[in-house]
Amino acid sequence: MGHAQTHAAPVLALDGITKTFPGVKALDGVTLELFAGQVTALIGENGAGKSTVVKTLTGIYQPDGGRILVDGEEVRFPTAQDASAAGVTAIHQETVLFDELSVAENIFLGHAPKGRFGLIDRAAMHRKAQSILDGIGAEIDAGVRLKDLGIASRHLVAIARALSVEARVVIMDEPTAALSRKEIEELYELVDALKAQGKAILFISHKFDEIFRIADRYTVFRDGQYIGAGDMADITEAELVKMMVGRSVDQIFPKRAAQIGEDVLVVAGYSHPTEFEDIHFTLRRGEILGFYGLVGAGRSEFMQSLIGVTRPSKGAIRLNDKVRVIRSPADAIAAGIVYVPEDRGKQGAILDMPIFQNVTLPSLPRLSKNGFTQMAEEFALARQYTERLDLRAASLDTTVGSLSGGNQQKVVIAKWLATQPTVIILDEPTKGIDIGSKAAVHDFMSELASEGLSVIMVSSEIPEILGMSDRVIVMREGRMVAELEGDDLTPETLVRHAAGISSKGEAA
Amino acid sequence: MTLLKSREAILVGAILLLLALVASRFPGFVTPSNLVAVFTDTAPLIILALGQMVVILTRSIDLSVAANLALTGMVCALINVAFPGVPVPVLVALALGLGALMGAINGFLVWKLTIPPIVVTLGTMTIFRGIIFLLTNGSWVNSHQMSSAFKAFPRENILGLPVLGWIAVLVTLILGLVMSRTTLGRAFFAVGGNPHAAVYTGINVGRTQFLAFVISGMLAGLTGYLWVARYAVAYVDIAGGFELDVVAACVIGGISIAGGVATVAGAVLGALFLGIIKNALPVIDVSPFWQLAISGAAIIIAVTFNSRAGRSKGRVILKSAEHAQ
Repeated sequence: MGHAQTHAAPVLALDGITKTFPGVKALDGVTLELFAGQVTALIGENGAGKSTVVKTLTGIYQPDGGRILVDGEEVRFPTAQDASAAGVTAIHQETVLFDELSVAENIFLGHAPKGRFGLIDRAAMHRKAQSILDGIGAEIDAGVRLKDLGIASRHLVAIARALSVEARVVIMDEPTAALSRKEIEELYELVDALKAQGKAILFISHKFDEIFRIADRYTVFRDGQYIGAGDMADITEAELVKMMVGRSVDQIFPKRAAQIGEDVLVVAGYSHPTEFEDIHFTLRRGEILGFYGLVGAGRSEFMQSLIGVTRPSKGAIRLNDKVRVIRSPADAIAAGIVYVPEDRGKQGAILDMPIFQNVTLPSLPRLSKNGFTQMAEEFALARQYTERLDLRAASLDTTVGSLSGGNQQKVVIAKWLATQPTVIILDEPTKGIDIGSKAAVHDFMSELASEGLSVIMVSSEIPEILGMSDRVIVMREGRMVAELEGDDLTPETLVRHAAGISSKGEAA
Repeated sequence: MTLLKSREAILVGAILLLLALVASRFPGFVTPSNLVAVFTDTAPLIILALGQMVVILTRSIDLSVAANLALTGMVCALINVAFPGVPVPVLVALALGLGALMGAINGFLVWKLTIPPIVVTLGTMTIFRGIIFLLTNGSWVNSHQMSSAFKAFPRENILGLPVLGWIAVLVTLILGLVMSRTTLGRAFFAVGGNPHAAVYTGINVGRTQFLAFVISGMLAGLTGYLWVARYAVAYVDIAGGFELDVVAACVIGGISIAGGVATVAGAVLGALFLGIIKNALPVIDVSPFWQLAISGAAIIIAVTFNSRAGRSKGRVILKSAEHAQ
């Protein structure tokens, strides 16, 4: 778009960059070229080396070999300030901003315009901040405190901050992860505006629709190696996936037909004063029941109540024909209902604890005698489930914090399976993970179902819901609005019910 | 689990170095009998540091331990004065119970009213001292008012070590068992390591913190009786400011103020390190004016070492990724 740039010299290039951590080659001679006015998507599975590249480009890591070129000149970024001075700036997954400072202060922190005596010239800072914000079409007052802004506005502030240092290269690391549909559209427009200003943009995302919408070029990494690059126009989604995973993934959602058996969990009239009302359903043995809805429809809130984190005001459950009252997560675990939270980083593992202790933590009441833990039995249980999930670690004594992200996830899942549950609730099981790992998670879910476990899957991804679920409950504004299965289960019906679009054949 | 992780090994090295330095000036310091005396003198700090360790581990802090100690000590002394016939075991049980009650008050406020622990214990610290004043109108209970059995118990010598020292050993062993072998100990680590994750595994975070405060209070109460009996005096200000030594011992022992990381060995070694410094400086003729400054500097140096160890530990994440692969 705009100029004919393909053959222009790259603004920023990595040439044969290698970065080794003891025992791991995070980057193995990778090449990456970023051009002015173009969006380059960096694509790869978790562990492909994307984050390491970002950290190398922003001066946080020093490469062990290879060259970084800016306008063809070799440069080095010994510190983050050097990278920033060279015009490279990154907008991170979790935006690093300060709640109690004003928007203008956030934008100019560290490089505020100075007046007399070296004091900050607040008026100039405010004026400049406002003009940058206006320039990107953000309707934000530079004077307000950051904490008064929503998440999308915070992103705009982060982008304004990137622009305030006269960036030539903007790195966006999963910028849409926390945004709503509308906010994502606004971000796209902003990216287009940045392109028009001639910025070179590195865009990291797991979402293919985004990549095809926004990127001009792609670069694929796999296991720290450069696999290929080219124009988006010349490649298909399937080809990209193949490059990423090194094999063709024909079936991303491998739900196997499972034997669906008797009723396991019957939920009747579950209500909460403010979060949800009259949730009722029956879950059968070997079934995967999907919960679909927009973010904030009350799905996670209901699940939290089901496992006793919050208390419902009304409602009852029956598990295997016995009425159960669940007052706490401990009750839920004892009854055989476990919940794998959405935020597995924050709510998942305990990083300072050894692997085996993490795995056995929810099973301790069963494993202990008179309050004393049983070492041998703990190790046996931990070994059984970590082996089952193919967790590779030197020793079960190592702390979870020393494992890679993927292995930490395995610890979290092993922990819940080790309780030998009847019902397992997975909240957004594949959120933020790459396609290869997604397939593994989906495969694993079908395996659980075929072994007779009942699975509840909360998901906001339509392909996942459609591919994995035997039946789907759609929630909107805290209520069940539809229960769909078979031919009724189409993307259109899901979206229609979730968004509350009234149309001809009204259901539920 | 390795018995002595690198952090504790460094601390052991520092303690040995310290002893060697002191011995070069004053060889008498490292005779067995003097070392036993130093250990016994440090016993209250060890006991309190072990209680504080549990509290800090669960992302809290207990600043009321010294005030709890003083109040429990005073109550024991007053009971001894009023009823000299009450046997020592009963007094010890009472001290444990009263201390636990004060700890429970802290824990309850933290758990049920979700007030930050530093605020709760800053408040109760003042209240507990105030109660001593109300009980006594500021007057002292002196040695001649106490029964001899009351005073003799902590000094009773068993196999060359006074009872006070044995109690520190016993508390260390019990805490070691609790922390490594019980579900409660595991819950302390889980709550401190990641309270959000702990909730989902069926652990009641507030209740766990409550129990940490009860343990800390119970040990403070126990120390209260031992302290008053050993020094044979009770008044409002005993052990004034001692809570800061207790926290310092924990920090020196590598217990993370952010919670989630603690070892019994660390708490004990941290307390010993501080105890040796306090005992050694007067012996080698350091002026009292310098003693405070040197103790303070020792704390900062030790903590600097710890945070350095912590930092390189952070980097090891990548190093041991190799084991994970």
